[in-house]
Amino acid sequence: MNSSQLLSIITFFYGIAASLYIAAWIFKKEILGKSASWVVLLGAAGNTAGIIVRWVESYQLGIGHAPLSNMYESLIFFSWTLMIIYLVIERTYQNRIIGAFATPIAFLAMAYASLSPNINDRIQPLVPALKSNWLIAHVITCFLGYAAFAIGFGISLMYLLKQGDKNAKNRMLVHFPAIDVLDELNYQMVMFGFLFLSIGIITGSVWANSAWGNYWSWDPKETWSLITWFVYATLLHARLMRGWHGKRLAFISIVGFLAVLFTYFGVNLLPGLHSYAK
Amino acid sequence: MQQVENRSPFEAIWAFFSSVRLTVAILLILAATSIIGTVIPQNENPTDYFNTFGPFLYNLFNVLDIFDMYHSWWFRFLLLSLMLNIVVCSINRISTTWKVVFNENPTFHISRFRSIPEKEEFIDSRRPEELKEEFSSLIRRRFSYTRAETTENGFCIYAEKGRWTRLGVYTVHLSVITLLVGALIGSIFGFEGFVNIPEGETANSIRLRKTNALYPLEFEIRCDDFNVSFYESGSPKEYRSSLTILEGGKPLLQKNIIVNDPLRYKGINFFQSSYGTLPPNEIALKLVGKDTKIEYDQKAVMNKEIDLPEGEGKFVYTDYRNSFPFRGHNLGETAIGILTPKNGNRVDVILPIKFPSFDGMRQGGLIISAAELHHRYYTGLQVTRDPGVWVVYTGFVIMILGCYITFFMSHKRICVEVAKTGKKSKVMVAGTANKNKLGMHAIVRKMAKNLGITNENRL
Ligand code: HEM
Repeated sequence: MNSSQLLSIITFFYGIAASLYIAAWIFKKEILGKSASWVVLLGAAGNTAGIIVRWVESYQLGIGHAPLSNMYESLIFFSWTLMIIYLVIERTYQNRIIGAFATPIAFLAMAYASLSPNINDRIQPLVPALKSNWLIAHVITCFLGYAAFAIGFGISLMYLLKQGDKNAKNRMLVHFPAIDVLDELNYQMVMFGFLFLSIGIITGSVWANSAWGNYWSWDPKETWSLITWFVYATLLHARLMRGWHGKRLAFISIVGFLAVLFTYFGVNLLPGLHSYAK
Repeated sequence: MQQVENRSPFEAIWAFFSSVRLTVAILLILAATSIIGTVIPQNENPTDYFNTFGPFLYNLFNVLDIFDMYHSWWFRFLLLSLMLNIVVCSINRISTTWKVVFNENPTFHISRFRSIPEKEEFIDSRRPEELKEEFSSLIRRRFSYTRAETTENGFCIYAEKGRWTRLGVYTVHLSVITLLVGALIGSIFGFEGFVNIPEGETANSIRLRKTNALYPLEFEIRCDDFNVSFYESGSPKEYRSSLTILEGGKPLLQKNIIVNDPLRYKGINFFQSSYGTLPPNEIALKLVGKDTKIEYDQKAVMNKEIDLPEGEGKFVYTDYRNSFPFRGHNLGETAIGILTPKNGNRVDVILPIKFPSFDGMRQGGLIISAAELHHRYYTGLQVTRDPGVWVVYTGFVIMILGCYITFFMSHKRICVEVAKTGKKSKVMVAGTANKNKLGMHAIVRKMAKNLGITNENRL
């Protein structure tokens, strides 16, 4: 079995886990939630193994490099970080409903990586521009940031659902974490994401400067990552303004994640130089 | 905001730039307008723009600098406003923060700690006097500042750490200023250009990208060799140029550069950015007399006339093509020359490398062929100078540190109160932090545990 096959199976695991989390939320059965946690744990272990196997395979092919060099590999890494961060949150806050909002994102990312005809899952040799340690730092930090923002997005959706239900009538929402916990969690995720997005943009600039002699050239991918950064910087400051708690911050967090998605996928539709675009 | 009339214009501007509301507005405007330049490709040919957008939109966009928007007056104005906003905000607040941070003797109110809901309380069987030493040293181990005070019926220890982390936000803001200043330095004192150097040749000037003007270098740069290698799949593996820096004809520095590993000399950087092939400057000719059958070897340098043997006239090598179509076939790499016979008209001579007998068709006195030859490459170098880079990099480091301090460190304060109850002591542990309150609760619980709380003695 090669790493691509292993990772296809992991996609399936994440799909099951997502369904279990959602079922546990809807039917309020402890056993469903517990099994979901186990499936996610297994999935994350398999995901880790998949990344390592892929790394080893690239060396066996004689073109050894960290598995962070194209769209397929970055999506796999993204899902991995997302699930790791989620597992930490689940343990810390002892609440599995967040899983119903976080695991589907990892599942979709993996499914897209495995199934989309536009994405090549073969291990390819690195073209000269990608041969840089800055690239590895760049990809890792960007995707740590993106994963945190993805969870912040899920939590913001939960926040909006929960606060729309002022009198706590909706039975679907009773087991959600308290509204101020959701607000705090969203903020935590945004801070974590902001730090790593900043480092991601910075390492990307340093890499660009060592490869092309320019730390910033306003190509669409760079610009969109900066737009994302502006949106989350807005969120950090909007908290300081009276009346900008909760709902509006959740809303900015959602807009921020849409900007992340555009930086990641949408930019490929625009003209630019970034090598991931191909 | 009521006394607007009494303000001087300076005060009014100051007030305008000191609001976080403005920050949010500027950040959102920056985010929104930045999209434009990703949808409309930047710095393209004006005629392409004209054809795409038509005269009206073209003129409008031109006035607004949309085709180079990130360097336009209005985008720069937004960045400048952000910078002013940060500076004014920071100046407004720093004196208050400074007083808090560098207060030698922080005040504390025990009543504030007593009213914290998430405090821990327990009974210790010893009397307060017996606990003081032990508690003080335990707390001192975890907090940088501690102070013990006596209370009505016992004592309390106030401790804190991380006061300086309140400066984290200023660090982040300072980093943004540093970045913008670094970028400004680069755009004023830096340049960006390129130069193509054929193998074996030397350049002493480069061409600037913006103006297309020649820019003389204080030194010379020679390309000794260029190599490109490919993977089996055909995708490029490595571009490598061997470069030598010379001054006054003396070689001073030699380096092989590849993508991601440039050459730097006197503040000017040379990056591997492209390459190409040049016609070989010299080819080896093989000549065979049609009647004599004698073979001759001769060298032909481009555009230099040579005398041919057997009185066949003069030949000059004039051109080299990577492909040469002939009656619907491609002859591949081909050298081209002109033959001037002693008496008669000049004729073109076609010398495909792969077909040595091709020239036989000309029915001349000699059959000329070109032997296989090695390619001459030129290396394409991106040349930059940016004295602001180190300022920008400093900003990068400050930003990472600042964000980390701001987000993940906090000013933590703890108060342990010990009060006598009969022959025993009642101990209270309570703490506050300016960030991450949940984390602070954990620290309080841990401290209570260190001081001896158990499930039995907890109140
Ligand atoms: C791109 C530019 C900026 C960045 C990246 C940035 C970043 C930050 C960060 C990370 C925080 C900490 C938020 C938190 O505690 O969670 C912060 C707080 C703050 N920022 Fe900015 N900022 C920027 C521009 C500005 C500007 C222009 C102002 C001017 C008004 C400003 C005023 C403030 C204030 C007043 C705080 C709160 C300080 C406190 O907690 O006492 N920021 N900023």
